[in-house]
Amino acid sequence: MARTRRRDRHGTGRRERTPPPPTRRIRNRELGLLVLAVVLILLAYVNLGLATQEAIPEDLAVYGTALAGLGLLAHLCVRRFAPAADPLLLPLAFLVNGLGVVMVRSIDLSLQTARGTEVAFAPQQAMWTLVAVLAFCAVIVGLRDHRVLDGYRYLIGVGAIVLLLLPSLPIIGQEVNGARIWLNLGVFSFQPGELAKIGLAVFFASYLAQNRQLLQTATNRIGPLRMPPLRSFGPIAAVWAASLLVLINQRDLGLSLLLFGMFVLLLYVATERVAYLLGGSVLFVIGAVFAYQTFDHFRQRVEIWQDPFADASGAGFQIVQSLFAMADGGLFGVGWGGGRPDMIPFSRTDFIFSAFAEELGLLGATALLLVYLLLVGRIFAIAVRCRDEFGTLLAACLAIVFSLQVFVIVGGVTGLIPLSGMTLPFASYGGSALVSNYLLIALVLRVSAAPAPARPRRPAEGVPS
Amino acid sequence: MTRALRRTAVAMLLLFGALFLNLNYVQVVQSDDLSEDPRNSRTLLREYEVARGLMLAGDDETVLAESEETDGQLRFQRNYPEGADYAHITGYVAVNYGLAELEQSFNDELAGRAQEAFGRNVADILAGRERSGDDLALTIDPTVQRAALDALDGRPGAAVAIEPSTGAILALASTPTFDPNRLADHDRAAAAEVWEELNDDPDNPLRNRAVREWWPPGSTFKLVTAAAGLEEGISPSDAYDDPAQLELPQTTATISNFGGGPCLDGDEIAVDEAMVVSCNTTFAEMAMEVGDDAVREQAERFGFNAAPLEQLANPLASRFPEELNEPQTAQTGIGEFDVRATPLQIAQVAAAIGNSGVLMEPRLVEAVRDERGETLAQHPAQPYTPPGQDGSQAVSTQTASALRAMMVDAVDEGTGTNAAISGVDVAGKTGTAQSREDGGAPTPWFAGFAPATNPEVAVAVVLEDGGGAGAGATGGSVAAPVARTIMEAALSE
Repeated sequence: MARTRRRDRHGTGRRERTPPPPTRRIRNRELGLLVLAVVLILLAYVNLGLATQEAIPEDLAVYGTALAGLGLLAHLCVRRFAPAADPLLLPLAFLVNGLGVVMVRSIDLSLQTARGTEVAFAPQQAMWTLVAVLAFCAVIVGLRDHRVLDGYRYLIGVGAIVLLLLPSLPIIGQEVNGARIWLNLGVFSFQPGELAKIGLAVFFASYLAQNRQLLQTATNRIGPLRMPPLRSFGPIAAVWAASLLVLINQRDLGLSLLLFGMFVLLLYVATERVAYLLGGSVLFVIGAVFAYQTFDHFRQRVEIWQDPFADASGAGFQIVQSLFAMADGGLFGVGWGGGRPDMIPFSRTDFIFSAFAEELGLLGATALLLVYLLLVGRIFAIAVRCRDEFGTLLAACLAIVFSLQVFVIVGGVTGLIPLSGMTLPFASYGGSALVSNYLLIALVLRVSAAPAPARPRRPAEGVPS
Repeated sequence: MTRALRRTAVAMLLLFGALFLNLNYVQVVQSDDLSEDPRNSRTLLREYEVARGLMLAGDDETVLAESEETDGQLRFQRNYPEGADYAHITGYVAVNYGLAELEQSFNDELAGRAQEAFGRNVADILAGRERSGDDLALTIDPTVQRAALDALDGRPGAAVAIEPSTGAILALASTPTFDPNRLADHDRAAAAEVWEELNDDPDNPLRNRAVREWWPPGSTFKLVTAAAGLEEGISPSDAYDDPAQLELPQTTATISNFGGGPCLDGDEIAVDEAMVVSCNTTFAEMAMEVGDDAVREQAERFGFNAAPLEQLANPLASRFPEELNEPQTAQTGIGEFDVRATPLQIAQVAAAIGNSGVLMEPRLVEAVRDERGETLAQHPAQPYTPPGQDGSQAVSTQTASALRAMMVDAVDEGTGTNAAISGVDVAGKTGTAQSREDGGAPTPWFAGFAPATNPEVAVAVVLEDGGGAGAGATGGSVAAPVARTIMEAALSE
């Protein structure tokens, strides 16, 4: 969009605007959907109990009450403090979160059978759900206008970078499974990268909202392309370098890819300059080639992706087991508790999608992806509808980071792209990710609930300024 | 920004589209290949989730295979209470080495997923019951099986006993044998050690000599040659020359008789007399007279050149070679040259002769029953028409009864006297085939049935390498006593 911003002196412009539905109706819709989500989650839990212990789980009432209570709490916060917010996001997130906990329970039980010892990650994840919902409420209650964040962009940006670098520090930084992305805080461990992602999203959105006009100006022509001045590529180069640093420092391939991808795409959204996409792609290829030649573990990931069966019991073991699990699931799946997720490495975290695909089959896995697609689509719609540029870019950035994350991890475990470790939003076991994802949803809800400014952002086309 | 935003959203939608497509590819298109991949231990674990059905011997009491629940990763352990005695019938379920024999060929039934059990399985799923394996009711008679094993006494060889009127296999013994329990061990390392040990054994205990090993049938094949001759119109009383050596056309090779001289007085010998003393020259001449096509045709009507036992996986088809010239035909007529037979095939020849010329389908499994004893599938006695033949009548009733008469004489007063049972007419034919290795001891055979009329049992016995009796071993001295023991056991029932 190369047009400069103008003020519309003719009030609402030419487009007829339907009046927004009363907020009560929006909120009732959300409540209804939340009830549905709770019912679905509890049905899954009952199903799991019947399949594995031939009985309705004894703690159904406890968990049911807790689940309903948490849903209600989140809902009431939104109802009171963000009444105009989108009604779909919270129920969708809540649904995936709940089903994720049931799946973690299913994995617990499967491991328990295989090993003969007590395994209980699901209760922990349930506790993290409580923490995450509280964090969600805190944002909804504490942040009345997302534009407040715009003022703290540098603080947030620096904070995010510090968070990213923390795991590299001695003592508190921890290396787990080859990636140095953990922070050991004594009492509990934390993956600061998850939170950093959101901080960077805020920073990118804010930075681009301010500088997009400058970055839009095209001075040079190369063939049909109008190129922005070279210095405009400065920021993209900086983020590129930063993601490479993340890659080198922490060997976190996924996060590196995510950061760079979200910045390039957001730069394109902000400026509508295809040149940035091209420039970004060139840098991506350079980075990928560099990583391929420099890092053994990156090269190995690519080789496994090319032929996971070449070393099925060694390097390719994870992917091969994941594929076997999904093949077992087939069209309809083996049912809750009917699978062998204990045989999939990291089924609780990175590979939880494979467990879903095994137990719920192609149909269930597709439904899960559709929920994500719906979430992403909703966030993009919020971005389009938002009346301020910062809000639009923030929502867009969160939509991009969310879709890329789902794509990278699901594509990774299904063998579509080389695997890079990452959590499946809301579903994977892990507190940091769950809390961060709820914060993300809270931010988007806040953006969606923002009151329309007195004048619409986009004037009707063709009206002279 | 809206346009770029929409485009980005579409791009993300495309990424999801790629995920959907790939998911379909993995879970639908590739699903079967992945499930059948030998590296997929899930398939294996699933196999062990089901309590496989029992295998019960023909007395309905002797348990040959059963499943027992364990605490291990693999839920059910397969046990073979009778161990090595039935190893070549039951086969085994081995973690590393898969399935063998009935465990393999009736895998679907034993695992409870045969077509017949489909309705029951759907009901089980709906009722939340665990799938159970189905039981096999075998035709094997433990007494006869025991007798066969005892008589073979661990010498490399095999014996097959069939009820001629029904095709029920009463005994199927291959020695030396092995303990299937040791291969079914869930401890893979232990099983691997046993596997290696068995494979290193020069006597190869894993080989099922009864159905998957062949030898030149020697003089037992004269039954087939004689059958071809009689069917072509030769009479048992027709006389042939009785030379010490039969000179063969187109070659300097000759065929001589056992002992080197003529069979009788060097003048003439009738067909039935020739059968009693197992005269080589007579049947070599007869084979040339009727021609290789007629003999081949007769052999195939007995089941040669076709897999004989559908109930076991990959049984070996006995061979009657294509395109023989005259000397080869002569050699083949006395069971030498390139003709090869499994013990099961020779037992089938004897059984068909005993059953008035009608070949019956050989069976190891009589019925498949579910847990409650309800029959899911029957494998009743039925005449067997070999592939490419127009019926199960391998020889005419007259030919069968003529052959029977000759076989009775052979046991009464000929080469097969060691198979005689007091008070019972036994029909039999000995064979002493050349060793498969130059200079080795001969391969003794015996084929027969008892009682001679309305026989209850037909047997074939073979022993490798002279059966321990050295270069002088003959079918009559080594194989006939084994056959007698087996027939006695069958008749005592």
